[in-house]
Amino acid sequence: MTTLDINHGPDGATGRPYHETYKPASHFRSKDEEFDAVKIGMWLFLATEVLLFAGLFVGYAIFRMMHPEAFRNGSHYLDWKWGCLNTIVLLFSSWTIATSIGNAQRNEQKKLRRNLLITVACALLFVGIKLTFEYMPKWSGWFIAFDPALSHYESDTSALGGLLHHVPGYGGKRPGSLFDYPFAENPYEPMWWSIYYCATGIHATHVLIGVGLISWLYIRARKLHFGPGHYTAVEVVGLYWHIVDLIWIFLFPLLYLIH
Amino acid sequence: MTTLHGEIPGAHGHEHHDGSYLERKGGMVSTIIDWATTIDHKKIGVMYLVAVLTMFFIGGVAAMLIRYELFEPVRIQATGDNVGQISGTALANLFGQKDISVAKADNIYNRVMTLHGAVMVFMFIVPGIPASLGNFLLPLMLGAKDVAFPRLNLASWYVYVFGSIFGILAIVMGGVDTGWTFYTPYSSSHADPGHWRVVFMILAAFILGFSSIFTGLNFIVTVHKLRAPGLGWFDLPLFVWAIYSTSIIQVLATPVIGITLLLLVFERLFHVGIFDPALGGDPVLFQHFFWFYSHPVVYVMILPGMGIISETIAVHSRKQIFGYKAIAFSSISIAAISFLVWGHHLFVSEGELVATIFSALTFLVAIPTAVKVFNWIGTLYKGSIQINTPMLYTLFFLFTFSIGGLTGLPLGALATDLHLHDSYFVVAHFHYVMMGGTVIAFLAGIHHWWPKIFGRMYNERWAMIACVLVFIGFNTTFFTQFFLGTRGMPRRYASYPDQYQLLHQISSIGAAILLIGFLLHLAVFIGSLFAGKKAPANPWGGLTFEWEADSPPTTHNFHHEPLATHGPYAFDDVVPPHCDPKDYPIADPLPAGSKRH
Repeated sequence: MTTLDINHGPDGATGRPYHETYKPASHFRSKDEEFDAVKIGMWLFLATEVLLFAGLFVGYAIFRMMHPEAFRNGSHYLDWKWGCLNTIVLLFSSWTIATSIGNAQRNEQKKLRRNLLITVACALLFVGIKLTFEYMPKWSGWFIAFDPALSHYESDTSALGGLLHHVPGYGGKRPGSLFDYPFAENPYEPMWWSIYYCATGIHATHVLIGVGLISWLYIRARKLHFGPGHYTAVEVVGLYWHIVDLIWIFLFPLLYLIH
Repeated sequence: MTTLHGEIPGAHGHEHHDGSYLERKGGMVSTIIDWATTIDHKKIGVMYLVAVLTMFFIGGVAAMLIRYELFEPVRIQATGDNVGQISGTALANLFGQKDISVAKADNIYNRVMTLHGAVMVFMFIVPGIPASLGNFLLPLMLGAKDVAFPRLNLASWYVYVFGSIFGILAIVMGGVDTGWTFYTPYSSSHADPGHWRVVFMILAAFILGFSSIFTGLNFIVTVHKLRAPGLGWFDLPLFVWAIYSTSIIQVLATPVIGITLLLLVFERLFHVGIFDPALGGDPVLFQHFFWFYSHPVVYVMILPGMGIISETIAVHSRKQIFGYKAIAFSSISIAAISFLVWGHHLFVSEGELVATIFSALTFLVAIPTAVKVFNWIGTLYKGSIQINTPMLYTLFFLFTFSIGGLTGLPLGALATDLHLHDSYFVVAHFHYVMMGGTVIAFLAGIHHWWPKIFGRMYNERWAMIACVLVFIGFNTTFFTQFFLGTRGMPRRYASYPDQYQLLHQISSIGAAILLIGFLLHLAVFIGSLFAGKKAPANPWGGLTFEWEADSPPTTHNFHHEPLATHGPYAFDDVVPPHCDPKDYPIADPLPAGSKRH
């Protein structure tokens, strides 16, 4: 976004990279003041994120108190192993993006780019696992061929040349009035799925926004935008990514580990 | 506050053409592009001012339609052949629908009422003062060149317009009849064929929330990081304290309505059941979520107004504000307490103990509010009061806002609230606070800073006449509604028993006077823009930084970076900038460079 700005581009005369010649926007007195301002801004934004999810957590608490049986039953359909794997993936990505800030500060351009790429890959892996092994079978009853859970069920049809297999009676675990699972044990199970899809769906949307932001960092890192003199964007996107991770740390036990 | 004679290092690397920010850059098209892509907080403030006043006009038209319908109740009169003759459906007749059923007439009324509420709350009064006057004045008052994130500021304006378009779309498609509170299951039921209209209206409120968060976040960071050298927290004008407190509420409360409205859209589209008892959900949960945002937001509406009054009352009575710190901290404490009182909107649906606690917490808000009012009155005492439009509106505010505040107490007390809730008493109370408070303070602020914003004076005599009309019209419209409420007239109905008709008619006549007052104001403003006298830099003798800038300010706000050398209201100690010392005699001038509050 700022790359086209002449004042902000690589210094043509000396060939010095952007992060060395970076000047703050003209209404700031210094680079440090701008850095502090952006950081306070991001922390305030994170406060809004916490409050956004607070609404979902309050809803979760109230409905779990009202319908504990439905939540217990519903939770049994979630595989804690996928949740656990995704937790590890996100924790690892938090570590790589935290390291990338250090890389920028130490001017380790190659490591910076590598860490950003790993973070994006982890984020995509998280969403991929969620969609393929969790949302898809539960919503529709279709499993991907290499899903280990498939060995427990009889599939009746397959599609896409054997890539997808359909298990009758497995799908239909959908939110609210879309719920169509024939073996539900509790009348309030649709409520459990509503909470599950709303919470994880809004969280996954945040992960995808993170993919966009970190890809943007990667593109800028390739143009040598970040270094000891200027790494504001890496720092604040890192903060954002940590909150996305943190919210999952709360969602995982609340959704997957109920007994 | 004085100006340092010396260039700020690094700020002006090259020579700027430092003309007025309103100066046109080329032809019509390039001027429009210049405004549409500007990141200048002053232009964005003016764009917000135009946008919110447009919404005020739309909401105001709806208000007039409501009063037009209520002039006569919807009646079914038995005629000779035993067929009911419907009368009093003025609104339906206006839309060309004659001989319709009572239900249909009520439906039209419900939509106009929802339109009035939703437009006034979400599109006018919440963004109103902070986004327009706040945007324009905050950096000027801090001695800064802009807000911390100018591009985010422009984005907030576009998000606001985008959200408003959704709202207007819902209205054009036929309107929404849920009331501005979107209570479930009314707002979530699928029976209404106007499915998408409700979704659009909810999305409008959701999108407008982002604009509110962007503005609030921007202002908090600006106050923290961009104060001029020497400008400590207790040298800030009280308007800045008010805007700062407002911004905290905006940032902390708006995300909660965000998730609530998002869940409501899911409820509406997929019937997820979170607010639907048939699927195990809870409609009261919606009310808790809704008021957890919407009560604090009442203080988003009023706090900036209180900030304006703190400025106008000090400047136009030429006196050091009484109890500076008390007013500053009362803004912060109102922001803090505002998060603890939402339960008073649900007194009848919650348990006795909870209701008692919320009632007690609600009374707490009265303390910082009263602290402000008493300090304002203390400021007037022995001041040199100038009666002009901003001051007239300020006195008007003290009168109507006190009525609004005091009538809140019987609504906060459980025993009286059981009788008064959902009656016209609530409508009257709310309008005394929101209109008698916020709108009146907004008008005081617009007149106070009009010369600064547009560089032109307005016609004082006609503006004062308009002010008196607004005062008379406002009180006639809403004071009657206290009586309607105590006598049992419920809110939100198109029809009523005959015994209420006289009071309703007085109220409607008041609304007409109010309309004339506002139209006169509009004429005064237009007259000022085209034929107003050129405004001096400091027409009122104010001491805060914005009066050091030119009228209208230059693109970069100040010729030199300002330096705070005295308090914002030290009228006894310093000659105001750009003013003749003969007009502002100082009894005991301070030696240069010393600081006194």
